[in-house]
Amino acid sequence: MNPFQYEPASDVSAALTARARAGAQYLGGGTNLIDLMRETIEHPDVLVDVTGLSRDIEETKGGGLKIGAGVKNTAVAADRRVRERFPLLAQAILAGASAQIRNMATVGGNLMQRTRCIYFYDDAARCNKRVPREGCDARDGFNRNHAVLGTSESCVATHPSDMCVALAALDAVVTVRSKNGSRDIPLTALHRLPGDTPQVDTALEPGELITAVTLPPNGIAPRSSYRKVRDRASYAFALVSLAAGLEIEGGMIRDVRIALGGVAHKPWRAERAEAALRGGPATEAAFRQAAEAELAAAQPLRDNAFKIELAKRVIADTLVKLAKAEGAAQ
Amino acid sequence: MRWNINRREVEREVDVRTSLLDLLREHLHLFGAKKGCNQGACGACTVLVDGERINSCLALAVQYQGREITTIEGLGAPGALHPLQLAFVEHDGFQCGYCTPGQICSAVGMAAELRRGVPSYVTADLETETIALSHDELRERMSGNLCRCGAYNGIVDAIHETFGDLAAPIPTREAA
Repeated sequence: MNPFQYEPASDVSAALTARARAGAQYLGGGTNLIDLMRETIEHPDVLVDVTGLSRDIEETKGGGLKIGAGVKNTAVAADRRVRERFPLLAQAILAGASAQIRNMATVGGNLMQRTRCIYFYDDAARCNKRVPREGCDARDGFNRNHAVLGTSESCVATHPSDMCVALAALDAVVTVRSKNGSRDIPLTALHRLPGDTPQVDTALEPGELITAVTLPPNGIAPRSSYRKVRDRASYAFALVSLAAGLEIEGGMIRDVRIALGGVAHKPWRAERAEAALRGGPATEAAFRQAAEAELAAAQPLRDNAFKIELAKRVIADTLVKLAKAEGAAQ
Repeated sequence: MRWNINRREVEREVDVRTSLLDLLREHLHLFGAKKGCNQGACGACTVLVDGERINSCLALAVQYQGREITTIEGLGAPGALHPLQLAFVEHDGFQCGYCTPGQICSAVGMAAELRRGVPSYVTADLETETIALSHDELRERMSGNLCRCGAYNGIVDAIHETFGDLAAPIPTREAA
């Protein structure tokens, strides 16, 4: 690990000023960044500790919530309002990492975590995300865990977060601050597809600081669930994960939310499947057809073709269960 | 830099790159917390910070200044073992013992989370006020601690015996 200066930020303005220094990066809980520094993949000259900022969960109009970027993952999942109004988010957070890591990790840090592609971590391998235009050893390598949607010649890495998959389904909005003021970015536009520049993970400008994530109210809470398929029952990254929610009125789908994890460079909001379902009947055939439509563009690599069928089955099976859910209003 | 470690004020000047785990082991010679993977995967380095369990290998010591840190040495001592340590002995909750301090600190933190009503991935009803420490809950909540000897059956029995009755106060060394 390279030497660095440690700068705890007392407020957002101080954080922005410190981050403007050469080689500065923000530090949250450190569960990903410290590891990347130890592997010499990240080598900041200044670490601006922002864990003391934005630590509240506030009510917004109409029953939404605004979650500060410095709130720990455990605190979000344990919050009564989150559990009642956005159980999908609580489930997704609890599906990720271990209890120890959830106690350390912040919401902002979870959004900014980097891929766990083994070639990204291995500096003896070629990786366009680590060294732009160097080449990608994952494309023809061991790529069982890699992406099937939205990939490019340059990069087939996946985004590792569970929390972000739920946020994508919940229409979450990310608030960021810079010297120029504040702006809001839909969660689904925060993370990028790799294209020719996989070294750029997000749409943030240099120095911009995530301060909050806002969840608008929704009607899917009683019929929503986060489902994660992985190689072991707990504490493993997703092969395929799904955040799904349904709002049904008179047997017809009034609202539907589908987002996938483990399949793309970003949390994948399944807009095609949603469009196919919205306003139509809540039947198994419709769910399966919508899943087929979403995965039609999927491109398998050597080892990960199973993810395509797995994603389809997880979507269809989960939506069938949600449509039958007892206790939810018809 | 200053910390409160096992109820004692500690002051040391260390390189800013020093992890909390290395501070404990290399500078303070508290060898209970172990360096297994040094990347947050095994849980052998688990300690309590203000009562919450974390992976000390992924923590920069500088970031935890002013916090109350409890290691296995602060939970029990020879002749005055923590009830969970006694239960680990009773139930053969280890073979080589390398993961044990992390397992025990983690379980103590887990008990506090249960008391606060923090749900887990296997909690069926997220709106419930109280969560019983079922076999599935225990295994899910302890999944951040690996035991390569595979002493899980004894570990589960020891934790269940110590923390299974949530109506009882959390056992501490003082209460033992």
